[in-house]
Amino acid sequence: MTITKTQRDILGASALRPDGVAKVQGDFSFSSDLHAENMLWGATLRSPHPYARIISIDVSEAWKIAGVECAITADDVPGQLTYGLISEDQPVFAKDFVRYMGEPVAAVAADHPETCRRALAAIRVEYEVLEPLTDPERAIDGSHADIHPDGNIIRRQRIVYGDPTATAPIVVEGTYDIGMQDQAFLGTESALAIPDHDGAGIEVFVATQWLHEDRKQMAKCLGLPEDKVRLVLGGVGGAFGAREDISLQVHTALLALRTNRPVKMQYGREESFFGHVHRHPAQIWMKHHATNDGRIVKIEARFVFDGGAYSSTSSAVLINGVTHTQGPYQCPNAIVDGYATRTNNPPCGAMRGFGVVQACFAHEGQMDKLAAATGIDEVEIRLRNIIHTGDTMITGQVLESVAPVERCIRETAAMPLPEEMNLHPHELDLPGGSGLTADRRHIVRGIGWGVSMKNLMYSEGFDDYSTARCTLKNGAVELKFATSEVGQGFVTLAPQIARSVLGVDSVTYDTIDTQIGSAGSTSASRQTWMSGGAVDGACRLVRERLFEHVGKVHGIESLRLGIDDTDIIDTIGDFRISVQEATADLTISETFEYHHRPTEDLDENGQGNCHVAFAFVAHRAVVDVDVELGLVKVVQIATAQDVGRVLNPMSVIGQIEGGIAQGLGLAVMEEIIVKDGKVRNPSFTDYLLPTALDAPQVVISMIEEPDPQAPMGAKGVGEAPCISVTPAIVAAIRNAIGKPIDRCPVRPQDICF
Amino acid sequence: MNQHEYYSLTVNGEPHIVQDAWIGESLLYVLRERLGLPGSKGACEQGECGSCTVYIDNAAVCSCLVMAATAVGSHIATVEGLNVDGSLTDVQVAFITEGAVQCGFCTPGLVMAVHHLLDHNDSPNDQEIKEALSGNICRCTGYGRIFAAVETVISVRKGSAS
Repeated sequence: MTITKTQRDILGASALRPDGVAKVQGDFSFSSDLHAENMLWGATLRSPHPYARIISIDVSEAWKIAGVECAITADDVPGQLTYGLISEDQPVFAKDFVRYMGEPVAAVAADHPETCRRALAAIRVEYEVLEPLTDPERAIDGSHADIHPDGNIIRRQRIVYGDPTATAPIVVEGTYDIGMQDQAFLGTESALAIPDHDGAGIEVFVATQWLHEDRKQMAKCLGLPEDKVRLVLGGVGGAFGAREDISLQVHTALLALRTNRPVKMQYGREESFFGHVHRHPAQIWMKHHATNDGRIVKIEARFVFDGGAYSSTSSAVLINGVTHTQGPYQCPNAIVDGYATRTNNPPCGAMRGFGVVQACFAHEGQMDKLAAATGIDEVEIRLRNIIHTGDTMITGQVLESVAPVERCIRETAAMPLPEEMNLHPHELDLPGGSGLTADRRHIVRGIGWGVSMKNLMYSEGFDDYSTARCTLKNGAVELKFATSEVGQGFVTLAPQIARSVLGVDSVTYDTIDTQIGSAGSTSASRQTWMSGGAVDGACRLVRERLFEHVGKVHGIESLRLGIDDTDIIDTIGDFRISVQEATADLTISETFEYHHRPTEDLDENGQGNCHVAFAFVAHRAVVDVDVELGLVKVVQIATAQDVGRVLNPMSVIGQIEGGIAQGLGLAVMEEIIVKDGKVRNPSFTDYLLPTALDAPQVVISMIEEPDPQAPMGAKGVGEAPCISVTPAIVAAIRNAIGKPIDRCPVRPQDICF
Repeated sequence: MNQHEYYSLTVNGEPHIVQDAWIGESLLYVLRERLGLPGSKGACEQGECGSCTVYIDNAAVCSCLVMAATAVGSHIATVEGLNVDGSLTDVQVAFITEGAVQCGFCTPGLVMAVHHLLDHNDSPNDQEIKEALSGNICRCTGYGRIFAAVETVISVRKGSAS
């Protein structure tokens, strides 16, 4: 069978993925598929203890095993001993202390994964086990000695806005717990490192979200100049934040440099649970003061994000959390206090939604409490408080983004509800599904709401620019960028941009690597805006030069020229020439760096223009709950999302449906269980993920109000879908059973007892 | 690790000699690392995610759970065997055109699962589709576009049959 196309794949079309054919055939090279001649396998020895002093490490027995080529520890790290995205506080290998279960202690390279396993088993590590710090409140109150030279508090941030003494007749409060979620990308961490022939540099193929940041951290630890460390994007099997931090990059490169042979490392699923950071578990207290007619007067809040053993992006996650306290609602007065703590729990960092997921779970729980206290319905209470463009937020920042919150809510509310459950439903449609546990008489339906706002791009003064190059030659375009394609579809979008700007059809992209400037990270819903802006900018520079050339050749003022489909035309005359013909024997190449507007740090009272832009979304959930067994089936999610402008409808729908599934996971099943610092369920058998049977009906409205700040009017769409869907589902469960539930995921015991 | 022995596997109709392999290797490992067939993916190593789905004697199985040496004498079919004539199957085309592919790591396993379903049931209802695909985890799409792809194949096949 062949694929037939009926339209040009310009902006606005559902262009197909350029890597789709390879992916459906199993031909696409993921980083774990890579091979090199004479390659060794690498593997990592990890701490079994959450907190212990390392007394000794003896790798000598590992070296004796046939097939083992290398065994290394902290003593073999030639450069900086620690790394980190914001604070370099995490050891490449633990040296004196291990601070979380699964912390790397040593690594080996050998001829076979099984040889590696035996080599790791032969390494002798003597530990003095210490009492772990596992309660974040003890990190705050100072009752546990520092577990790290940087202390037990990673960051504290207050927000004081308006009149802190303000109050109002209606007061509602709640304490909300959000569980530790795993990104659970399917393609586990993997890399192939190939040392240069002269041994003075290295090329690393790796699945990552940010090639240049990885290179910076790796070069420091390897003791190499950055230009001796070349990174190439290995095919990425999903990311969702878990590839923002370094995992096996330094280890793989070190083993390859030590052995002077290519080394491949790949985590298994269990190791992957220890090899990357997770979504922060959080406890959030909020107290809303409101008028009798439901208008918010003041919010008090306290956030505790448990960052685990190392800081990763905890300080930025905290800022996202506290600055989104109000959600998409007006709030004239606020007092917020927030902590990111260091404990001996697993390190936490970036995951889709980045601190806002947690804040939203709390503020949406509060909106429902406010609705109950005032007797106003859940939709109306939200509409009465919505934030608008031009309003001032609790950070003192004026909301400049287009903010169609009212449309999000009203369009969601207007969507048809699912059919009523009939008396004899198919058992797979009931809670418990194929377990066939459900009795129709015990099933109760509920409806719940969630509305959210999410910042786009990086905040607090960080210039997360992106770079792209466009080369137009003989009517065809080649693009070059370092933007990590993790599945989101930037490789589909970038050619669409070039086709729209330049009137070409043939667009290819070069290898994604560090042979061009940084693209920043594929995170924070930022690549459509940032790398899209860079590609758009580079293409526009090329177009300007093309028009100058055509104008000169044909004696027309270049300002009069424009693109019409695949032709260059005189916009006020008859001249017309195809781009193909006009560019015969012509090569034009331009590079463009896109920067968003500058942002500021927050001051000690949490005041400052710290965010670039925002997107908004509403979710309505319908659930069926088995009240006897505590099982939930999410029947339908309705959503209207502020997307700015739809550049590829099929891609946007894919992001929305995928994000909703992850938010559903956090609502009813996904949680890394940690007891005394030990992870109890590091497998897909025990860490539950939504399957096809858990997928609800999803009805979508994409709200297009192009944002003038965005390069193409389009906002990033990746994170918004997974934020307010979680509180919407939990609200629907509360609605069904008539009991308060202030935690997610909701477990059977939360429903039944 | 080498055991100085060999066994033979029949994959996509072709015999393959597996030489000097450690006997504990899974079929997934042997396909990927020894036979140059990396289309089957490993994501959980315990039969939970379906990324490694292959057919052994026409039964869809997780190749991570099968010791390769036990598959001697069976007919093994992998995703690479779907395109012997160089053209895409209708399921593969529908996955592309309906947006069922994002990161693509689950895709080969899902393509195998969908073919297996439709080979045994040419008009599955919604519940049958969901149940048949519930052993294949996709973390990107939320399954909506995958269902759309399956429905497209069903309706196209019905159209060509009538």
